[in-house]
Order: sequence, then structure tokens, then C-alpha cells
Amino acid sequence: MPKTMLTVATRKGTFIVESDDRRDWKLRGPYCEGWPCYHAIYDPTTGEIYTAAASEWHGTTVWRSADLGETWEMSSEGLTYGDEDGRKVSKASTLARAGDRLLVGVEAPGIFESRDNGRTWSLLSTLSGQHGSEEWDDPANQPPGHLGISGFVTDPGDADRFFAIVQGVGAFETEDGGSSWTPRNKGLRRDWPADYEDVGFCVHKLVRSAEPQRMYQQNHVGMHRSDDAGQSWNEITEGLPGDFGFAAAAHPHDKETFYVIPVDGGHGRTMHDGKAAVWRTRDGGSSWQDLRKGLPQENAHLGVLRQAMTIDKHDTPGVYFGTSTGQVFASADEGETWSEIASYLPSISSVDVVVLD
Amino acid sequence: MADLRLPGTLTPLFPGLTRHVEVEAANVLGAIDELEQRWPGLRDRLVAEGPSLRSHIHVYVDGERAGLDTPVEERSRLDVIAAISGG
Repeated sequence: MPKTMLTVATRKGTFIVESDDRRDWKLRGPYCEGWPCYHAIYDPTTGEIYTAAASEWHGTTVWRSADLGETWEMSSEGLTYGDEDGRKVSKASTLARAGDRLLVGVEAPGIFESRDNGRTWSLLSTLSGQHGSEEWDDPANQPPGHLGISGFVTDPGDADRFFAIVQGVGAFETEDGGSSWTPRNKGLRRDWPADYEDVGFCVHKLVRSAEPQRMYQQNHVGMHRSDDAGQSWNEITEGLPGDFGFAAAAHPHDKETFYVIPVDGGHGRTMHDGKAAVWRTRDGGSSWQDLRKGLPQENAHLGVLRQAMTIDKHDTPGVYFGTSTGQVFASADEGETWSEIASYLPSISSVDVVVLD
Repeated sequence: MADLRLPGTLTPLFPGLTRHVEVEAANVLGAIDELEQRWPGLRDRLVAEGPSLRSHIHVYVDGERAGLDTPVEERSRLDVIAAISGG
């Protein structure tokens, strides 16, 4: 079996967890000099690992490793709004590969691109001109967490087409590589007043399924599904223990199968009733099944953030999630059974997985 | 030459960088820019947009709290401190 490798970003550096058989796992790290890391991804285009990080002392940067984590370099060259703009880059929150560009989402909300694989950066877009953009540019108006651009969803068939999520505002899609943007929030629920019809939604996680037209979304208020590549959304929360959560992952081979981790929507934002569970649908959200075997069912007040669940591409996919209390749980059988493969890590921000041939 | 002292959090990031560096500059920003010439990328670790010192980086010139435009004398001592913050 080829090696399965997890890149785990934590508040105190990035770690690697890897296995040749998805039973015995080995942990390496911490890397990135213990910086607070928000998203660590393996990039199949270059074979490099990239980590978005931001130190309270030394600012925002993107780390990269060309040897699967053994050595690291960093660069923030160009990762700035400049001295005259007034906005500051305070955090790099999320990364994605789109064709020959590496994208990083930052706060204040903006997208920077690198065309030399993380060596230098330039501003791609702040989504200026969208409804509410002047308000969200004000740091005082940005929601807790201060992620800015909190996620991307790329299109495997078209590098110029991708989604970006503005935290606390909604999802936007570009079809021209970031020059123009369209809100993609039609049909989403919101339980609060808003100034605009098309923005003012709290999109936590956006995921494309095995079939590109089918997408899923964990929202601040509900799970949603799209059958037209994000043009419109329908709620599929019924059957889940709550409507709030962050993490979500789609099965790589079956568009109807999708995983989510509901958490309490109050201040706690941990799994319901202190019992850990991943919930799965096999019918596109018509019904949900809780998956608990091997997960702690007593006094387990675990939080899982939006980039902290992922799924591999094996024929029988493995599902993985990392917690705010530093555990990584894995399932090699599509969520039926779970085991704890790393413990006592710092608070986990993201988990990404790759199968290395 | 002024005597510039850096926090230990910086040295792992830049090969060859030591805690003590001698610089020749008219003010604090000039001293940091001299470091940037020798270790590209270092300025970003101390200076934010504006330019302004990063909020948890403090600089003292001859024992006095300084800003980027604080003058530096030939025999000055500059202490760059990463604030005691975080957890």
C-alpha cells in the first residue's frame, strides 16, 4: 500500500503523521519553528508542503518544504498591502493550488497569488466592489477568529475558476482567475438581518463532491447542498443533532457520501453531549448516520475547526480529523471505526492528507 | 558602528544571523533595512505595513523606547525585543 501522509497545522507548528498501512502511524515535528500554523497542504503539482502561518511577533508568512517536511523555508515577499493602503496582512488562513498559481487567503480579507511556488507573492484580489466589502475591510467588523479569506474550492478542470469564502460574509466565485467575482449564496439560510440580498451569510466550509456539480456546505446555520456547482443551495440539516459545525469532507468516489462534525453552536463549540461523533450521509443529505465506534463517548468535549477534517483517495477512503485539544483520529474504513493516531499535540487548525505513490 | 541585539526567535529563520549584529545607520528603520540587505526577508519579521514596528516588537535605543525614526548614534546600543506575550 502506498504511504498515506497527513499534514497537521497546529497553534505551535506543523506536524506530519504518516503510515504505510493506515494502521501504524508515526509522528514527525514540530516544524515551522513552532509558529502558529493555520493551514498545511501537500501540493501534488510540486511535491512540496506549504503552510500558512502567522506569528504574533514576526508577522505572516508561508512556509514551504520540498522534502516532505524535513527542511523548511519561508517567504512573505510581496505578502503585504503596502504602506499606503491602510490595510494590514495579519494572518494567512488558507492555501490552495489553482493551475500554475498558489493561492493564499489572508486577513484583512484578500487573496495573494504566487507563480513561483511560494517564493514571492502578489495581491490577486480583495473582492473590492462586492456588497459589504467596505465594511469587511474594517478590522473592527471582522468576526472572531480573524481569518479573512477562510477557504478556497478550486475546479480540477479549470484553473481560472474557483471559490473563495469571506469569513462571516459568504462564498464568491470567480471564472476569470480572480478578476471578477459573483456571490454564490442563493438559497442559504441566515437567521439574522442583513443589508444585502446576496451577501451576509456565514459559510464555514465549502466542499466539492466526486461529481463537480454537487457541492456541500457547512454553514453557521445548517448543512446545505448544491446540485448546480454552487449556483443555488438547499438545506439538508434534518437528521443531524444541530445545525452548527465547521469541518466537512466529501467522499472522493461517491457524490452522495459526505461527512460532517456537528458541534454546539454556543460559545463552547464542542461535540454534542461530550460524545465524539462524525456524521455521514450516503444519500446526499436525505438521511444521516452517526459514526462513533472507537471515538470517546464520555467527557469528550472536542472541537474541530473548518480545515481540520479530510479524506484520502484510497479505494476504501480513510477519514481523518484533528481536534482543538490536539488529538488526530483516523478511520480506514469510511468512518465505520476510528482510532486515535496522534495525541497531545497543540490545538489543531487543519488536517490535510495525500496518498504518495 | 552601533551594536544591535536581536531576539532568539529570529536566528533560526535566517542562516548566519546571530543575536548580536553591528550596523551603521541613521535611525532604527535604517538599521533594520541594513539587516534586510544582509538577510533578505528579515525586515518583514519586524516591520508591518505603514511602515510601523510590529505590535509585539519593541525597540530600545540606549535604553529608551524607540520608534522606526528614532536616531541611532555611532556607539548606540539597539535592543530588539519580542514582547513577553502569547501562550
